[in-house]
Formats: sequence, structure tokens, C-alpha cells
Amino acid sequence: MTKAYDAIVIGAGHNGLTNAAFLAKAGLDVLVVEKNNYVGGATVSRELHEGWKYSNCSYVCSLFRPEIYQALDLGRHGLKVIPLTASMTFKQDGDYFGSYYDSNVRRHELMRHSMRDADAAIRFDADVMRWCKLIRNFLLRTPPDPGSFRPRDAFEFAYLLKKFYELSESQIYEFMRFFTMSIAEYLENYFENEAILAHYSGGSIIGTGLGVYSPGTAYVLLHHAMGDVDGNIGSWGFSRGGMGAVSGALASSFKEYGGEIRTDAEVTQIRVSGKKTTGVVLASGEEISAKVVVSNLDAKRTFTKVMDPDDLPPELLQRAKNFKIRGSSGKLNIALDGMPTFPSLPKDSPLTLGHMHFTDTLKRLEKAYDDWKDDRWSADPYCDVLIPSQYDPSLAPPGKHMMTVFVQYCPVEPEGGWTDEKRDQFGQTVIDQIADYSPDFKDLLLHAEIRTPRELENEVGLTEGNIFQGELTFDQLMFNRPFPGYAQYRGPVKGMYMCGSSTHPGGGVMGAPGANAAREILRDLKRPDTTPVEFNDD
Amino acid sequence: MIERIDAIIIGAGHNGLVCASTLARTGMQVLCLESSDSAGGMSAPRSIGENYHFPGLAHASYPVSAAIRRELKLDQYGYVPGTAVDTIALDAAGQHLTIGTDRVAGDNLSEADEQAYPAFRKTYLAFAKAIRPLFDNKPPRLKDMDFADTATLAKLGWNVRLGLGRETMYEFLRVAAINIYDVLNEEFEDDRLKAAIAVDAILGSAMGPRSPGTVLTWLQRLQGEINGPLSLQSGGQAQLAHALTQSAESAGVTIQLNTHVEKILIENGKAFGVQLTNGDMVKAKVIISNADPRSTFSDLVGAPQLDTMFANRVAQIRGSGVVAKLHLALNGLPEFTGLAESQLRNRLLVAPSMQYIEHAFNHSKYNECSENPVLEITLPSLHNSSLAPDGHHVMSVNVAFVPYALDGGWQQQKSTYAYKVISLLGQYAPNLTSLVVDHEFLTPQDIEEQFHAVQGHWHHGELSIHQSFMMRPLHGAAQYDTPVDGLFLCGAGCHPGGGLTGLPGHNAAKRVLKLGGAK
Amino acid sequence: MTFHHEHFRQPFLRSPFIERIEALSSTENWTGWNTYKVPRVVDKLTSEYFAVRSGCAVMDLTPMEKYRISGNDAAAYLDRLVTRDISTLKPGRVTYIVWCNDDGKVIDDGTLFQLANNDYRLCAQHHQLDWLLMSASGFDVQIRTETSDVAALAVQGPTSYSVLTAAGIAGLDGLKPFGIANLRCDGIAVTVSRTGFTGDLGYEVWVEPQHALTIWDAIFGVQGQYDVVAMGLDALEMVRIEAGFIMPGFDFNTADATVRNGHDRSPYEIGLGWVVNLDKGHFTGRKALLAEKARPIQRRLTKIVVDGNKPVGEAFIYAGKNGKQIGEVRCTIWSPVLKANLALADIEYVNGKLSPKLWARFDYQRELKWHTAWAECHSQTKPFYTPDHRSATPPGRF
Repeated sequence: MTKAYDAIVIGAGHNGLTNAAFLAKAGLDVLVVEKNNYVGGATVSRELHEGWKYSNCSYVCSLFRPEIYQALDLGRHGLKVIPLTASMTFKQDGDYFGSYYDSNVRRHELMRHSMRDADAAIRFDADVMRWCKLIRNFLLRTPPDPGSFRPRDAFEFAYLLKKFYELSESQIYEFMRFFTMSIAEYLENYFENEAILAHYSGGSIIGTGLGVYSPGTAYVLLHHAMGDVDGNIGSWGFSRGGMGAVSGALASSFKEYGGEIRTDAEVTQIRVSGKKTTGVVLASGEEISAKVVVSNLDAKRTFTKVMDPDDLPPELLQRAKNFKIRGSSGKLNIALDGMPTFPSLPKDSPLTLGHMHFTDTLKRLEKAYDDWKDDRWSADPYCDVLIPSQYDPSLAPPGKHMMTVFVQYCPVEPEGGWTDEKRDQFGQTVIDQIADYSPDFKDLLLHAEIRTPRELENEVGLTEGNIFQGELTFDQLMFNRPFPGYAQYRGPVKGMYMCGSSTHPGGGVMGAPGANAAREILRDLKRPDTTPVEFNDD
Repeated sequence: MIERIDAIIIGAGHNGLVCASTLARTGMQVLCLESSDSAGGMSAPRSIGENYHFPGLAHASYPVSAAIRRELKLDQYGYVPGTAVDTIALDAAGQHLTIGTDRVAGDNLSEADEQAYPAFRKTYLAFAKAIRPLFDNKPPRLKDMDFADTATLAKLGWNVRLGLGRETMYEFLRVAAINIYDVLNEEFEDDRLKAAIAVDAILGSAMGPRSPGTVLTWLQRLQGEINGPLSLQSGGQAQLAHALTQSAESAGVTIQLNTHVEKILIENGKAFGVQLTNGDMVKAKVIISNADPRSTFSDLVGAPQLDTMFANRVAQIRGSGVVAKLHLALNGLPEFTGLAESQLRNRLLVAPSMQYIEHAFNHSKYNECSENPVLEITLPSLHNSSLAPDGHHVMSVNVAFVPYALDGGWQQQKSTYAYKVISLLGQYAPNLTSLVVDHEFLTPQDIEEQFHAVQGHWHHGELSIHQSFMMRPLHGAAQYDTPVDGLFLCGAGCHPGGGLTGLPGHNAAKRVLKLGGAK
Repeated sequence: MTFHHEHFRQPFLRSPFIERIEALSSTENWTGWNTYKVPRVVDKLTSEYFAVRSGCAVMDLTPMEKYRISGNDAAAYLDRLVTRDISTLKPGRVTYIVWCNDDGKVIDDGTLFQLANNDYRLCAQHHQLDWLLMSASGFDVQIRTETSDVAALAVQGPTSYSVLTAAGIAGLDGLKPFGIANLRCDGIAVTVSRTGFTGDLGYEVWVEPQHALTIWDAIFGVQGQYDVVAMGLDALEMVRIEAGFIMPGFDFNTADATVRNGHDRSPYEIGLGWVVNLDKGHFTGRKALLAEKARPIQRRLTKIVVDGNKPVGEAFIYAGKNGKQIGEVRCTIWSPVLKANLALADIEYVNGKLSPKLWARFDYQRELKWHTAWAECHSQTKPFYTPDHRSATPPGRF
């Protein structure tokens, strides 16, 4: 019999580690168990081709809460987030639309495409900033439970209402519209240029099973716009050394607080006895006991795979089965022999330093979605291409480059199921699209790792390969995330908690679910709260 | 002529008539101006030649609420809710499904689905009832609420939190804003059943089953079912139009047909009358527009009388019609494979699966017509034999998804497409093509022209969440009064939207009275 | 305006005058104005300031956003856009305008030039094409940005009339304040308006960009007879505060770019009630402004003179020394001609009235040692500095 811990966290993803670090900081004896032989979950840097480091799941960092960064002293533990300085969309006619770091250049580029849109961008920025400011209030807070009459929930509802009521009446309606509209229609309130519309729409479909014309996608814009690097709201960053640096810093911080991590330790069951958790069982048969067990796994996996159905209320089991977690994205990680050229761009263009996209119309974006609805990968996919080795010399040998390609859409399972051949065909579709805009790309290609939802599920454990551990639709947001009545990080049995992206505020490398769960656990244990309160810029 | 006019109502559609009749019953002098030659709008009858008659654009409906029936004495003027009908989900192989409000039966239906269906309907009808306070009242404002707004929200909160019970409330909060596709997949196995329910959620909207917001559109439709089951009237919807006209006229409303309003006259921010196309000017204390909000504000009021952002929000109102209407004059009764003659009195659906519906919808997104549209079919002559000569019949078919702005234009493609739809019907009723004597195909563009609904949208504006409740048709005019003093809206473009419910008209009348319209 | 793909190499646009200004610049103190490269100070701030107040200063106005508004409904369109009654404006005249959003909050201010019947030029501080086009639906009107199509110079100061006349522009004698004249200079067609942002005698000269340098050279060619000084934004900031002119985006938030509810301002609140005409018919924001007018005054942007000589900088305003905090200074300068601390302050009214006792509290440093100062403030409604010569017609040779 191994020693008993105060708490066991299942899964060493970034939220598991964040959660564990805050628990350890409060003086608990914490063990993190991880099925893989490395930590990080979907926040990793992996050497899958010699000399190259792939952030082979998540690939950019901006949503990570600065409050957590500071509270866990991640800078000292080696984390450095370098802001990205551009984004762009190639057009089919040989032109492109770029979004530049310098505000003057950004404006001139907008003017190059549409004088009106250049001016409308001012109104757009102000409006989106207003919604960002509102939503950011709720990230590091536990959602109130509408089914509860406890004072704490009433207080949280009051807080939520107070924040809403800081808006004017028409702004409240505008926010409700924003929250329920499609991204395409929302943007059409501001912009007229097709390439500009397509460029700004893309962020709203990343990771979702929705199209640019699906209601509810405008809100997803915030999930990608509310991140910040040093106060520049909406800017994205690379962590030096790849995303593994995030989990590495978290693990290092956790260990400094006295925490322990065991890899190659897959949990097969959460033990429950007398309506309380007593610990976990590993695949090896080993049992480890703890009064608190925190699952960083997605809610579907947690309740349908590692908990005994007999330990669960039937309605919870039903909700877990119905939890929507369809994967919709694929990923290519590519080792390049040199920097690919993009003939559309002028020499020295800074635009290769940022996100590169190839989908220049809303119609192409929507058609890519139609394919996914029919369980096909998009014939003309939306790709988010980055070459982080331009900033970060640690990712590839000198003169060589690493490219990461996020692909929307890719089905959970194409007709007849995934095979390696189909996976490679999917990858080829993407490679061909890039090569259309970069003639030397294929010659430079040394190695490509192709990942579909199947690979994501098998390797990282994300059910159906959903990158957000559950879709970001209204039924699964705020007090509905993951399930109504279970949105406060507590599981159905005493001592059992959830801390993954399946919980509020959802996916993205944010750390907020892990921190929020820690707050609730420490509260239940009557320990001092080590989690940070949100920074407030007003 | 009328000496003193309190209210002018622009458009004698059913909402205009409900509003007119309600106001007249308080002693107001009401003049209702209608541009076409008959009252009733989308519920007015139509004909092909002299012999074949159709019940109107809306060919089936739920009963009008008891309160409106009572208040406007509709029963006294000949309104009957009509015959309740079931829905038959057609199957090309003849294995049809018959779906009622509380039961479903048919070939190859699983026992699980058969048992799940009544419970499912019950739950969703309970949801619909819980949000009912929102429908019988003006949408509450979220700041500067008046007593009525607070009362509406309190009732809503009470119904949802205490009326439904904790678990049902959780379920309601979970599903309220999502798509019907996911909900139906959780509940049922049978494609026909899922598709038939999905049709009710999406018909009339530019949304597919997978579009978020389609549970809400279904709950909006279920508001009608609170009053009673889906019905076909023996006199067609024209019977409703007729009863409303009688009700209004008996209350003292003057209905003036063939009268086009060109402009709403405004001075110093207040509407004081209307200008007709013949140059006449009619003055009144309040002007109430049953025209769709976009035409009302953009054409009748004009952007110059509105603030910039408001005018822009008007221009952004989304609502492009996606349903065409096919009227068929038949020289005999069609035989549907696997259906008995008696079953033809029901509503028949061609929508074999949710994926089929979604595919049909996909085309409309790109202004294309699907080769495999969703069809909602009724045979009104089986309910009223006077609609067609002896032994002859009329068939009325809603065809979705048919875009308003078809690529390449309707002119060239209209009749080809109509024949495509007829031949699709022929797959279910093999003898149909040989029975067709004549047909009329109304594209959304035709509906726009003939029913004065901008872009041919049934509901005068999409019933998407961002255009519902206090955002319908747009904030700033969601409580029926508008930024122009003395100007009100009363049509389907307002909360709670389309369907032959009379609710927008009735709520608008209450608002006019509240704001002192009678004085 | 056409942009080439390599605009990223040069973040600032270059006005047609920039090479002359670069040649004169000893400070290399540049900044951006509407993404154009402009000087804060060309050579010496004091000489630039005193050139406006006692001689002649020239400033490049090309970066100012200029919109051409024409078409059958141009006048009706503008009347719906702005708060002022512009139906009384005549061809050849200029008027100061503001425009509001639906909530009656100011989006921007500017000057409106009526060039001919239904043909206007609107000069704005900020980028307005989006709002101007949004406001255009329902009107037969054409709107086009002509910022880069028209080069413009502000020629300001007591000798500006003499300088322009000496530079060869004849016919300015009869030009009244806010008048426009189409004249010639060196055979080149120029439009001259008697307008400015300095509160002094002054003109603005408008010319096609290809002739910009010829006009510049003609004006600076009078050196010897008259001193002409190229001026930067810092000197402009001093003289515009003396003149009591406000700067959107600095003295108040422009409504379209305001994020926080309540941080934007109505024309009344920034002291521009005099350009609001509620009786002229509908315009955007009218309903909101009517409602505001019916309520007690909430706040006003107020001209104040702060006692003493310590640099005011950023300051709070209090109702009495150590009293309740009721406002904030938005902009302030030490006025060399008035020898006084001038400021515009956003001050809350109490029960619809301005507190009779206004005090400012601010921090200042002397050799890196910081002190807190209290100074009494005196509000006034008139501009701080209004020389008589500014409106004399014909202008004298001061």
C-alpha cells in the first residue's frame, strides 16, 4: 500500500498542473498522475523528428491568465511568452490581407482593401474590447448555480448582473445580440471587404463544430480575442521552447511547492466508498488513496470511463453521455529544411511572423463546415499556419524551421472510420493548400506529423479529439458547463472534483478552470485560498 | 367619411385586423388601410382560374388564443379552429410515420421512440408554457423597466425556477439556446420522426436543424399548440381573415382596400398621418404599421427621420424568405404510396432525415435551390369540397429551402424548378403528375411582391435569437412603440413573431392604449 | 488613395509638404497624426508659439481628414448628420459643427465648407468615413475621402494676411471670418478660407498636392519682408487652449471609440450647446439631447484659470479646498501671453449647478522632488485669449 495523499489530480495537462500547484501551495500533499510518459497533456513540446520540437497540440499562448502566471511565479520557472506580431490571409487572386503590429501600417493595409473598413475598425475594436472587458470579469470566478438558493450563488448572480448593468441599456442588447449571432453576420455590421470578413471570422470557428454563419460563433471570437500578452488585449504569443514550456513551468512550480508527479500511471478508476472518494486505481492495479480526487480529464471520459456508473446519479450519467464533445480540428506539425517563400508577399514582409490563412471568403469557410457536417474533412480547409521557429531558436536546428498547421475542419470519424491512409490523405489536402501559395514548400518538407481527432483522443485522451474538452455552445457554457448543476467543479460524490477545460470557462490554454477548481477544493477543505483574484484594469 | 381618426393601421393582415379590432373596442376610431383588394394578408385566399381556390399563404395553423377569440368575439363571426390534423412523415418506400401531439405510430418504429415521444412532447410543451408570459406581453426592457416588465420577468422567473422544478429547469436552461438536431439525437433513433419534429423547428426560417437557436424556434411554434392542435380549417385560413374582418368592422373599424400608403408623415419627431400614393393625406393621432419593420422604417418613415445607428440596425434586420409555395390544381385525388385516402386529410411531410433537411438548407445558404427540398403538403379540398370542382382537388405545398435571391435569377428558373418539385412529389404519389391541371409557384420574390413582406419572409424577419424578444425587430422599437412618437408596429416582424397568432397585433394594441393612444 | 504592398517599410504617410518640413526640422521631433508624419516641434517651441501670437506661423494641415460630400441630398444629409442648422450655410462659407451618435454623444467635431450648392467639404479630427457612410442610407449623396487629394496649410498669426498677400495671393481683403475664396497664387488655383485653430487672425490654404511645394515656397519666399515660422503640434496645443478650442479624443472621448459606458460626452457636456439646434428637424441624437436638456445639468467641460505658476499637469478638481472631488483637468498649459495657467476641466455639477469654489489638486516636481499643490480655479465662459485683430475685415498689417 502506497502512502495516502491529501489530493490526487488525474492528468498532468496544464489545468491539472495549475490545480495541483495551487493545492500544493496551500500546503496539501498532492500527487499528479499522468498516463503518458511526459507531462503537459495537450500543452507539450515533443521531439518527434530529430532536432525539431513540435507543440503538437495547442500551439499559441495568450489566454493563459497573467494572474496565475504571477501567483505561481512561472517566469522564474522558465516561462517566456513572446508576442506574435502579425496575422494574414492569402487571397486566391494573388493578393493578401495582412494585420500588422504597427497601428499605422495596420490602418494603411485596411485602407488598401477598403477605406470604409479602415474606419469601421475603430468602432469594431471599441465594441469587441467592451465585450472582452465584460467577459474577463467572469473567467476566474465560479459560475453561480441557477438551481441553488444559497447566498453565495445569489451573490454571484448579483455580481454578474452588476457587471451587465455597467453597460448602457442599448449596450446590453448589443451584447445579447453579439452573444447569440453568427460571426459572419456580426462582422458584416462593420466590414464590407470579403477578405477582411474572412480574415476576422476564422478565429471564431477554431475548435468548434459550427460554421461562420452558425449563431453563437460571434461569441467564440472573444475566446480568441480576450487573451492578452502584457496588456495588449487580443494579441497572441509563443512560449519559448514551445507549449511544453507552459506545462514545464507549471510542473516546476508545483514541485517546488512539494508536489509529486507520476507519469506512465494511467488511472482506470476513481474509487468511491460510502459516497466519498477514497482514491484511484491505476492500470497496473496499484491503488493510491486520497480524500480528494481531481479529474483533469474531460467530463465525458471522467464519468463514462473512470467512474463506476453505480457511483453516479443516473441523470448525471445521462448528461455525461449527452455531453457534446465532437472534435472538429486536425493538426499538422512540419519540419522544414528552410524558410518557405510566399511569392504573394513582398520581400521582408513581416506577415510570415504571424498567423497565415488561405481562406479568403465567407463562402469558402462555410463550405468547409458543410463538409464536416457530413463527416468529411474539408476539401478546402481553413488552416491556421504559424512558423514559430522565426522567433524561437530552440524549436529547430539553425536555418531550419518548424511549422504548425491547425486545420478546421476534420471529422471525428469519416465514413468507414479513420485509417492511416485516410489520415495521410487529409494531411495531403492541407499540404497541397499550403503549396498553392508557397511553391518551394513541398521541397522543404522534411517531416510531417498529421493529427486527426483520432490521434488526439488516443494520445492525449481528449474524447472525440475535441480541443476544448467539450464544445463551446450555449448548452455547455457558464453554469451549464459541463452540466447544469455541476458547474462548480464539484463532482457527484464528496471529495471528487473536475478541473479540466470541460469546466468553466472552457478551453484554450488559460489555466482558469484549474485555478477555479482549486479555489473550490480549498474552500471545502477550509484551507486558505491560494488562487489569485482577477486583475481589474478599471 | 370618418370625421375624426384616432388610429391608422397600415395593412389589413391578420395582425393589423387584431390590433384594429382591439383598439376599436375601446372606442377608438380606427382606419385600416390595405393595399391589396382583400383583407387578411398571408391568411387571405388565393385562386387559380375560377375553379380552384386555396386557403392562403399559411395553409395550416394553430388556433388563435382563447383570450383573443373572446375579446374580439371571433367565434361569433364564424371563426372555428378547424380540424385537428396529424403529421405524416412520408417515406419513399411507403413506410410512413403518423405523428400526433402525444403519440407516434408507423412501420418500423422502435418501441423506445414510441414511448419516448409523449414524454418528450410533454417536457417541451411545459417549456413552452413556462415562457408563455413573454408572449402575451410586450418584451420587457432590461433597464428602466416599468411595472409590466417587472411582472413579466417575475412570472417568467417563477415559471422557470419554481414551476418547472429544479431538474427540468436545468434541462430548459441547457437546451433553450441550442439546436434541435442535438436534442433530437439525444432523444430518438428514428430518422423520420426526428426530421418531422425538426421541420416544425425550422420551417419558415433560414436555419437548418443544426443551427443553434432552433430549439427556441420550436418553442415559439409550440406556443400555438398551447391553444390547441395544428389544424386545417374547412374554409381555409380565409375563415380567420373573414372573422377578423367582421370583428373589426362590427367594432367600427373602417377597412379601406386598394389603398397604398406611400409615406408616414412626421413633424418634429411625431407621426401625424399618412400620405397615400394617390396624393391624399390622412391624419390621425397614432399610426400603427402592420407592414414589416424594414419597409416601415426604410420606406414609409425613411432614414432621414431616424437616428443613424437605428437606421443601420433596421438595415441589418435579417429575414430573407426561404420557403416557396406551390399550388396545384388537380383533376383527381392523388394516391400516395402506402397512404389511405382518409390519411390525406393530414399534413404530409417530405423530409426523410435531419441530414436531408440540412442538405436542403445548405443550398439556400449559397442562393441555390436544392434538388431535394423539404415539402409540407396539405390537400385543403378534402376539408372543404367547394375549393375545387366535383372530383377535383387542390394541393398546397410549402417548399423549403428556396432562396429569395436565386443565383441567376428566378425569371429563367422558376417553372423548371416548379416541375422538379412536382416530380419529387410524384415519387411519393405516382399518379400526381398526370392529375395536374394547372399550378402556381410563388417564390419568396413573388411572396414579397404579392404579400408585401420584404424578401418574402413569413415572419417579416428571421426568428433567430438575436432577433427575438427585446431584440425584435430591433432594440429601440421592441416594445411596439418606435423612436418616432405616435408610430407603432404591430406585425409579425415584432415580438413574438409570425404564425397566425394575432399576438403581435394584440400586444401592440395594448401598448398603444397604455401610452395613451385613445386620448 | 492607393497603397502599395510595401507600406510596412514606412509606417507614416508623407504629406506633400514633408520634405520642406524635414529640411527645417532641427529637433527631429516627429509624431503621427492620422498616420501622417508630422512635427511636434520643428525648431523651437517658443518661436513657433510666438509666431502665431505676434507674426506668422505655418502648419501642414494635410493630415486632417477631409471628406467630400455632394449630391442632390447633400444638404439634407448634413442636416440629419450634425447638430447645427446648416440650411443657413451659404456657398463660400464655413461653419463649425459636431455630430453625435443615437445617444446624443459626440463622435467628432470639424468644419464644414460649402464649396457650391450641394457640394461640401467636411474636415474632421478623426476617421469618419464609416460613420458618414452609415448615415448616408436613404439619401442621394456621394461621400469620398479626399484627405490625400487636397494639400492644406494653416497660415496663422497677426501678419498672416500680409504674408499671404506678399506671397502673391491677391483678393483677401474682403474675406470675412469663415469665408472661402477661390484665388490664384503664382498662377496656381488655390482656395483660401479664413479659418483656423489658433484664435488669431489666420487662413487655411487648400491646393492640389502637385502644387503644394510651389505654394509653400511662395509663402516662405516672403522671408526677409516677414518672418514666417513652420510650426508643430506642441505650439498648436498651446494656442488652441488659449483660444478655448477643444480637441476630440483628448478633451473628451469620441463616442465611436469609447469602450466604457458613461465615458462619452454630449455636446452640452463639452460646452458646445451653442451648436445644437433642437428645432431644425430631425438629426441623429436629437431625441437623446432633448431628454438631456430636460434634466438638470450633470457636467460641463469648463474653462478654468488655475492660480499660481506651478505646472498643473494632471489634476483633480474639488468643490473647495479639501472638498468633494468633482472633476478632472483634461488639458492645461502655461500661457505665455496671459501669464496664467489655463485649463479645460471636466467638472460634475451638483444639483445642476457649478460649484462656486473650485480648487485643483495636482502633483509637480522640483529637481525630482514631488510636491502636492492646491490652487484655486476660476471658471470662465469666454475664450481665454481673443485678440480684436482676429476678426477685423479687412485685416490690418499688424
